[in-house]
Amino acid sequence: MNVLKSRETILFAAILALLMLIATRFPGFVAPTNLLNVWADTSPLMILALGQMVVILTRCIDLSVAANLALTGMVCAMINVAMPGLPVIVIVGAALIMGAALGAVNGLLVWKLSIPPIVVTLGTMTIFRGIIFLISDGQWINAHEMSASFTALPRIQVLGLPLLGWTAVLVALIMGIMMSRTAPGRAFFAVGGNPHAAVYTGIDVGRTQFWAFVISGMLAGLAGYLWIARYAVAYVDIAGGFELDVVAACVIGGISIAGGVGTVVGTILGALFLGLIKNALPVVDISPFWQLAISGAAIIMAVTFNSRTGRTKGRIILKSAEIAQ
Amino acid sequence: MKLTKLLTTVAVATGLFAQSAAADDMRIAIVVKALGIGFFEAAAKGAEEAAQELGDVEIIYTGPTDTTAEGQIEVINSLIAQRVDAIAISANDTDALVPTLKKAMQRGITVVSWDSGVAPDGRMAHLNPSSNELIGNMIIKLAADELPADGGKVAVLSATTTSTNQNIWIEEMTKVLPNYPGVEVIGTVYGDDLADKSYREAQGLMQSNPDLNAIIAPTSVGIVAAAQAVVDAGKVGQVNVTGLGLPSEMAGAIESGASKSFAIWNPIDLGYSATMMAYHLAKGDATAEPGAEISIGRMGEVTLDDTNSAAMADPFVYDETNIDDFKSIF
Repeated sequence: MNVLKSRETILFAAILALLMLIATRFPGFVAPTNLLNVWADTSPLMILALGQMVVILTRCIDLSVAANLALTGMVCAMINVAMPGLPVIVIVGAALIMGAALGAVNGLLVWKLSIPPIVVTLGTMTIFRGIIFLISDGQWINAHEMSASFTALPRIQVLGLPLLGWTAVLVALIMGIMMSRTAPGRAFFAVGGNPHAAVYTGIDVGRTQFWAFVISGMLAGLAGYLWIARYAVAYVDIAGGFELDVVAACVIGGISIAGGVGTVVGTILGALFLGLIKNALPVVDISPFWQLAISGAAIIMAVTFNSRTGRTKGRIILKSAEIAQ
Repeated sequence: MKLTKLLTTVAVATGLFAQSAAADDMRIAIVVKALGIGFFEAAAKGAEEAAQELGDVEIIYTGPTDTTAEGQIEVINSLIAQRVDAIAISANDTDALVPTLKKAMQRGITVVSWDSGVAPDGRMAHLNPSSNELIGNMIIKLAADELPADGGKVAVLSATTTSTNQNIWIEEMTKVLPNYPGVEVIGTVYGDDLADKSYREAQGLMQSNPDLNAIIAPTSVGIVAAAQAVVDAGKVGQVNVTGLGLPSEMAGAIESGASKSFAIWNPIDLGYSATMMAYHLAKGDATAEPGAEISIGRMGEVTLDDTNSAAMADPFVYDETNIDDFKSIF
């Protein structure tokens, strides 16, 4: 009963319904190989959404993820152009470290200066984009300038799924274990669920939020490399506006904007829902003028649904009192 | 009293000007948006080529160090002081340069704009790299040239639904479509000038039209993303990506074979033609008035329209034979 009612089950059902709807208009879409491609295509969104999930759980928000992705991606591309012989794995490592460092900037400002996260990340979002402009001089880095191994890594097929897709699987597994089985993972829930109670249990709220931003930044850095390698081009406006998709994926996935509520599976399904719409719209022959409206409507419906289910849950404070009535 | 003084000054200035012009070569200043930009360095090469061909011309290639109108105003003022014969400018601002350029024209300097224009008050004539009609025709021609003999299916990947340039070019393309029998344009999709959305739209086109032969992307973001999507889908040789792009950005796509050819204006030709135009106007061989025909050397002739602007030529086609020469330029 509980499983049937859970948000993840309902979202999963919605995704299946969506798939069936798409299949009636374009049967080729639900072919297994295509679905694997959709998974791979949605991977950057899933990775970013998982990072964003941790931040939102602690009652913060990270609007700088897309800019972080673009900056780290540009730096990766520049390293590759400067040192084509450098093994790609080193570049991936550099991307993780750099992304984490950028996230730490957000985290420190939120933790030490107590500036509201939305203001901090709105600021760093613009700063990161500005830095890309400064280091790249506004120039593009193009496919022929990147080394073959740099662009090939996310495309390597393992068991039919590109490495890009496997990265999302790996990140999801690590995040799933961390969020449910480790003390820091539980601390994120505690800080968002009830900050005051968290303090009494010995959790440093600011420090926990700092680590949430570091995780989000690190995943954004990873996604930065993957993005640049996949589309084989780096420039200032890469992934422009993508932070909103990331937040939307979290919201659809049932992460409460008020903090403390959310699951890894929900986030993955939320991102997948958006990814399906994005991938299906070009093939189902819907006027481009309608596409934006449809994406937006899906988000509003999910949020409405989210707040309604959340409300009933919140009202039952004393079970016994309710029964007594 | 005051008037006399002014008249004397003007007379002296005119006298000096006439003297210097008669004495040595004609000096044409090529003023660019900023120094150090590959596109303009290439245009300067074209200007030098024109100067050699004409013989009695000295080119002064100059511009500010950053792309500001203020910087260009300073440059123009110093050119006025040097009493050059002509200024050919690619402007950083349509209106801000008008007063300074007017002053230059009052001193007898021929002023033309090229690439990025100045408002009609501030120049005698303007040279556009191409025209909407020529671009519209070129993009469909590039696609048609690579199609099988009996024609084929072509789709357009544009920027946003509201992009003025792209919409006009696609409209012009549709107008000339009857000239290309067998070419079937199946529709237009919009990648919003985002790499990921353009990539997905290109993927969608190939999925819903397995027999697609070409994708026309008249936008530099779209054409690169579409080429990447074709490579990833393993459809190189089957789907040809063409449209408008920059050689530096498209070198990889030409190399992989995803794109056979694409077009964009050639900066060398543009610098050459702007110099030719400025030369003939300064020399007095041609007058800047609507309908006037001005010779631009090896590029042929241009005709000025109602606003005294002209279109140079068809966009220049880049393919595997010339991409290596241009990819480092712009």
